Amino acid sequence: MSKEISHKSYLQKDPWENLRSLSKARIALGNSGGSLPTKELLSFQEDHAFTKDAIYSELKEKELLEQLKEFDLPVYQFQTKVSNRKEYLQRPDLGKKLSNNRNTKKSENFDILFILTDGLAAEAINEGAIPLLREIIPKLKNDRKIGLCLVKYGRVAIGDEIATSLNAIFTAVLIGERPGLSSPKSMGVYTTYDPKPGITDERRNCISNIHENGLSIDRASKLLQYFIKESFRRKLSGVKLKSGNSGIIEK
Amino acid sequence: MAYKFTLSGKTYSFKDLKTVLAKATPARSGDALAGIMAEDNKERIAAQHCLSEIPLKKFLEDLLIPYENDEVTRLIIDDHNAKAFESISGLTVGEFRDYLLSYEVDGEILQKLALGITPEMAAAVSKIMRNQDLISVAQKIEVVTKFRNTVGKKGHFSIRLQPNNPSDDPKGIAASIIDGLMYGCGDALIGINPATDNPQEVSKLLNQLDDFRQHYEIPTQNCILSHLTTTLEIIDKAPVDLIFQSIGGTEKMNSSFGIDLKLLKEAYDTGTELNRGTIGNQMMYFETGQGSSLSANAHHGVDQQTLEARAYAVARKFDPFLVNTVVGFIGPEYLYDGKQIARAALEDHFCGKLLGLPMGCDVCYTNHAEADQDDMDSLLTLLGVAGCNYFMGVPGADDIMLNYQSTSFHDAMYLRKVLHKRPAPEFEEWLLKMGIMDERGNRNEISEEILKLKS
Repeated sequence: MSKEISHKSYLQKDPWENLRSLSKARIALGNSGGSLPTKELLSFQEDHAFTKDAIYSELKEKELLEQLKEFDLPVYQFQTKVSNRKEYLQRPDLGKKLSNNRNTKKSENFDILFILTDGLAAEAINEGAIPLLREIIPKLKNDRKIGLCLVKYGRVAIGDEIATSLNAIFTAVLIGERPGLSSPKSMGVYTTYDPKPGITDERRNCISNIHENGLSIDRASKLLQYFIKESFRRKLSGVKLKSGNSGIIEK
Repeated sequence: MAYKFTLSGKTYSFKDLKTVLAKATPARSGDALAGIMAEDNKERIAAQHCLSEIPLKKFLEDLLIPYENDEVTRLIIDDHNAKAFESISGLTVGEFRDYLLSYEVDGEILQKLALGITPEMAAAVSKIMRNQDLISVAQKIEVVTKFRNTVGKKGHFSIRLQPNNPSDDPKGIAASIIDGLMYGCGDALIGINPATDNPQEVSKLLNQLDDFRQHYEIPTQNCILSHLTTTLEIIDKAPVDLIFQSIGGTEKMNSSFGIDLKLLKEAYDTGTELNRGTIGNQMMYFETGQGSSLSANAHHGVDQQTLEARAYAVARKFDPFLVNTVVGFIGPEYLYDGKQIARAALEDHFCGKLLGLPMGCDVCYTNHAEADQDDMDSLLTLLGVAGCNYFMGVPGADDIMLNYQSTSFHDAMYLRKVLHKRPAPEFEEWLLKMGIMDERGNRNEISEEILKLKS
């Protein structure tokens, strides 16, 4: 009797498990009474654990500065007004402003600044930024004067202040994106022509979802080259640029 | 006029009514970000004392956003029903709380009162109510709406089946719909946030949903949550059941959504003419959420909860089928953690119901908020007790298109079980007929046969 009970399954299975191949959605999970089977419960919690840890991951400033040397380009480090992760999450305004004690020379006159910042997933930058730079910089080096910047606790708009302080025509901000359960380490690149503090998002172009299971470094680099080329040709970025480019974006 | 309150010998002075409201609001990150939150707990309680002594009438005279500058203010004032207001016109905010909680004030009385209450009065009283007060009063109020089924009856709650897909792939969407229906969800609506908001794509999705609904004779309604202008563009050609739009509590906010009251009226009139409902014709579907006005720089220094309540004035003008506060979607800079999200959801549900709206809630969070599934379980249970009209059903609580966590089909089963609540009556009948659920609300073992029928 007791043996029988111990072998009884308390789960209800879903006979449409084959549909799982059609979507990444969490379907056909089965149920234990009114709840999830243990296996599915823990699987969700596992994904959530990776995602939460990604948000609280730290930008590896020292290692990144070391790695940035390999490009043989000017490298600058900046600080925002944010002092810790909790403040970063609650005060997006502070992540858009440089701290006052910065010490950089003015009037460097760059064509392009690549700005690395942690955003909402430092690990995405720790792992993805250098490979992307390795892909794109050799393709631009001869034509453009390029600078590299690293800034902790930055939002996308931090690029505008940095560009003003270094006198740059174009910025590409590499930033960790808000992690989803299935993509905890996703990087985004926001490009802006003629960046100035106070401009709004429709002035920017965005390449999103750069991660293992999303957009590849190679594809991201090609899109980035396109935005750089077109921005300099048409002297603009943002909505107006994207509208003429739907073919390339949607591929 | 300045508002004052003296606390332990110290006089706190608030320069205007919106400052009293903002400082009296339970702490949340969005008001801190806007720079309008109370400096400390003492200032907050002083503001709450001060607020409790303000007569309700004052909110009709001392306007938070000037009448001439904002069409939402004009709507609130012009549509205020003085006759409905009469019975509470002598009360202060504090007395109003006692009145709402009293035994003799029941749901019927509150329903008659709704048009006499302005959003600012609702927001004001909510600020001096605890979570349990917000639940106690809200659960008195039954707001029932009808289209192809009946949503909001006491003892029932409904679920929006949300089969979002990052590329709007019809097969992926169908898989999620089947999953949801087999778990007894989809009675509020089957509603997709489209990945691309263009007329052809949206029409395609609408046709897919409509074919599905008709084929299996599901007593529910569909919606593609495209921008209102997109919906209006295709409304003559595609099967539009519910008409969706995000709305906010100021004219400037709505203008940043690309809409105004005139456009909403046009949509409402068009939907009324379509007359696609079978047992009713409430066809507007609105979504809101605290913090949207601040994020669009359209807040006029008014706290985010009061602005949210003002959005409900916009909603109720158009007799909606559903109003959904998407409470945790906006992120930790507006609602930092599970506690703030839960408080905001209960406030929104209470204010909406008090104003006469069919309130539902997307119990949700983004991953950078300090919240997890336990917080969602708690909030879902609280709102279930409060009598919330509907919740979201997302496969496994993980929306793979919008990248946030909401409530799942399983969560709906849980809540129905522990609170003895049932789906919309017409939909429940369909579930029984299909053999998906039994009389007790338990899931049947789904046979391969039903499935063949479905796929």
